[in-house]
Amino acid sequence: MAPLRDIEAGDRRPADVAAPALSVRDVEIRIANADPPFTVVSDMSLEVAAGETLCIVGESGCGKSITALSLLRLLPDGVRVEHGEIDLGETDMLALSERRAEDIRGDRIAMIFQEPLTALNPVMPVGRQIGEALRRHRPMSRRAAARGAVAALERVQMPDAERRAQQYPHELSGGMRQRAMIALALCCEPEVIVADEPTTALDVTVQAQILGLIGELQRRLGTALVLITHDLGVVAETADRVIVMYAGRRVEEARVTDLFDEPLHPYTRGLMGAIPRGAATGGHGRLTDIKGTVPPMWDLPPGCAFAPRCPLAIDRCRAERPPLEEHRPGHLAACWRVNDAT
Amino acid sequence: MPLDATAPPAGAADTAPLLSVEDLQVHFPIRAGVFQRQVGSVRAVDGVSFQLGRAETLGLVGESGCGKSTTGLALTGLIPATGGAVTFDGARVGAARGRDLARYRQRMQIVFQDPFSSLNPRQSVRDILRAPLDIHSIGAPAERNEQVLAMMRRVGLRPDQAGNYPHQFSGGQRQRIGIARALMLGPDVIVCDEPVSALDVSVQAQILNLLADLQEELGVAYLFISHDLGVVEYLSHKVAVMYLGKIVELAEKADLFAAPRHPYTELLLGSTPSLDPRKRHGFTAQSETVPSATHKPSGCAFRTRCPLATDRCASEEPPLVPREDGRLVACHHR
Repeated sequence: MAPLRDIEAGDRRPADVAAPALSVRDVEIRIANADPPFTVVSDMSLEVAAGETLCIVGESGCGKSITALSLLRLLPDGVRVEHGEIDLGETDMLALSERRAEDIRGDRIAMIFQEPLTALNPVMPVGRQIGEALRRHRPMSRRAAARGAVAALERVQMPDAERRAQQYPHELSGGMRQRAMIALALCCEPEVIVADEPTTALDVTVQAQILGLIGELQRRLGTALVLITHDLGVVAETADRVIVMYAGRRVEEARVTDLFDEPLHPYTRGLMGAIPRGAATGGHGRLTDIKGTVPPMWDLPPGCAFAPRCPLAIDRCRAERPPLEEHRPGHLAACWRVNDAT
Repeated sequence: MPLDATAPPAGAADTAPLLSVEDLQVHFPIRAGVFQRQVGSVRAVDGVSFQLGRAETLGLVGESGCGKSTTGLALTGLIPATGGAVTFDGARVGAARGRDLARYRQRMQIVFQDPFSSLNPRQSVRDILRAPLDIHSIGAPAERNEQVLAMMRRVGLRPDQAGNYPHQFSGGQRQRIGIARALMLGPDVIVCDEPVSALDVSVQAQILNLLADLQEELGVAYLFISHDLGVVEYLSHKVAVMYLGKIVELAEKADLFAAPRHPYTELLLGSTPSLDPRKRHGFTAQSETVPSATHKPSGCAFRTRCPLATDRCASEEPPLVPREDGRLVACHHR
C-alpha cells in the first residue's frame, strides 16, 4: 500500500486561497418519477477545500442526504440533477459516463453512511472487501491488497486488525463496523469524503471515538470533508463552515463560530433554542419550540418556506422568497427580517 | 400482602417515596443447541435500586444494552422481573393479584420511543384513548368520549381529529397521542422510554415542554429513560447512570452534571459534543473494545474501560454506597 500522504499543518494552504477540492454550483435536484414531479433541492452551492470540514445541518426531509448522494452521482433511479455543476477538482462529475463515475467513486471521492451495512457486503469478509476496492482502483497483487486491507483497518484503529479482516460485517460490533466502513472509504485516500450522519446510530462514547478518528485521518491525509448531520453538537465539535438547510434550500451559511455566536436566520435560532441544555435553562425553563412541522416538498408555501412556522413572518415573507445574501462578512442568510430580528 | 392503592398504610409519612425499587433483577436465558437448552443467562438488570417521589423526575441514562429500557419494562409489568422488591405507595407490588394488580397498572403507565409501532394502526385516536377507560370501567360510558376530547385538547391535539388514524399524524403528534393514552387513567408514574429520540429537535422541544407542563399541572412522576444527556439534564430532578445492568452513580441533577464522580459518568459527559465551537472536546481516535451484558467483566464491569482501574476492581465489585455529598457512587477509587 502506498505510504500515507502525510500533510503537516504548515504544508496546507489556507482554505481561502486553495482551489476547492469540491465545488457545487446552483444544483437543482428533482424527483422525476413522481406524479407530478417535484423539486427536493434548489440553488445548492457549496465549496470545500482540502483539509476543511463543511457541515450541512437540517432536520428530516430538508434535502441534506439527497444532496450528499448527488455529490457522488449516487442518486437513485428517478431522482435527477436537473441543472447545476458539480466539480471534483478539475473533473466535471455530471459529464462523466457511469463507468468513469465508478472509477472515481472510492478513489477520489468516497462516502460514509449512517448504517455501515449500506456500504458493506454482508457475505464477504471486511478485509476482502477493502482489498477488492484497492484492486479496483490501484493495480496490485491479491497479496498486496490483503496486506493493504489490514493496514487500512489498522489505520482506523480496528483492534486486532489481522483477525478482524477475516470476519464478516455481522460479526463486528456497531462501532467496529463503522470503523470498517471508514477504512473502506479511506483505503484509496480520496480527496473528498462525504459522511451522511456517520455517528447518529452510535452510542455517545463510540460517537466521540469515531468523530475523533475521522478528524485525525482528515488531518493526516488532508481530505476535504462534507459532513451531513442533524446534530448541532456534532457541528460545533467538527465544522469549519456550516450550511443550514430548510425545505431543500440553504437558509444560512457561515463559519462555525459566527453561526453559534450570532445565528441570523429565525430557523437556525429556533433550532439552537430547542436544544435542551440544563445549565442554560436552570430547572424547567421552557425550550423554544418551533411550532408546526416541516411542509412536504411537493406542497411548499409560496414565499419563504419557513414563514408558516416563523415568529417574525410578515406579509412579504408569505409572498416573496428571500434570497440568500451576505449580511455579515462571510455570513449568509435567506431572510427578509435579519436586521429586524438581531 | 394486599395492595391497597387508595390509602397509604398507617405510619407511612408523607416523606415515603411513591415508588421504591430494591435490587431489581431481570435475567434472560441464553439457549443453545438442538433442544434449546438453557446454557446461561444474561443479567440485563442486575440489582437496580432507586426511589421516586411524587411529581419527581428520575432520569435513567446509559448506552445501548445497559438495561435502562428493560428496567422500565419490568416495572410496568411488560416483562417479568427475575427478582427484587417493588413498593408502590407503601404496598408491595410483587404480591398483588387481580384487582390490586389492575390498580397498580392503572397508576403506572408507559410511553414508548416509537409512537407508530406502539399505536394500533386500525384504531382511531378516539378508540385508542377510550380503550383504557373501557378496560378499567372508568366513568359512565357516555362520558368517556368527552374525557377523550378533553385529553386531546390537553396534550395539544385538535379534538376534531378524534376520528383520524395514527398514520394521519406527524411523528410529534403521534407522540402526543401516546402521552394522552398514558394519561387517560390519571397515573401517578409514567415510565418514559426514550420518548423523544425519534423526533427532530424542533418537535422534540415541543414534547419536552409538554411533559414538563403536565408534571407541573398533574403532579405526575416520571421515570425518564434516555441515552441523551441533554434531554435528561433538562427534564430530571435526579439522575441515575447505568452501566451493564447496574446503577453506577445516582445524584441530584445539578451535582451530577457539575461534577461527575464515577469514571463512567465522566466519560459520558466528556463524550457529549459541546455546543460551543470555541470549547471543543477535541475527541481522539482511541479505540477500545466495549464489553456487553453477555460477557461482563468480573468485579467492576466498567474496569476494562476505566483509567483508574486496579487489581482490586477486577476481584471485588464496588457497591453503590452513599457519599458525604449525598450522592450514591459505585467505585473503589472515587
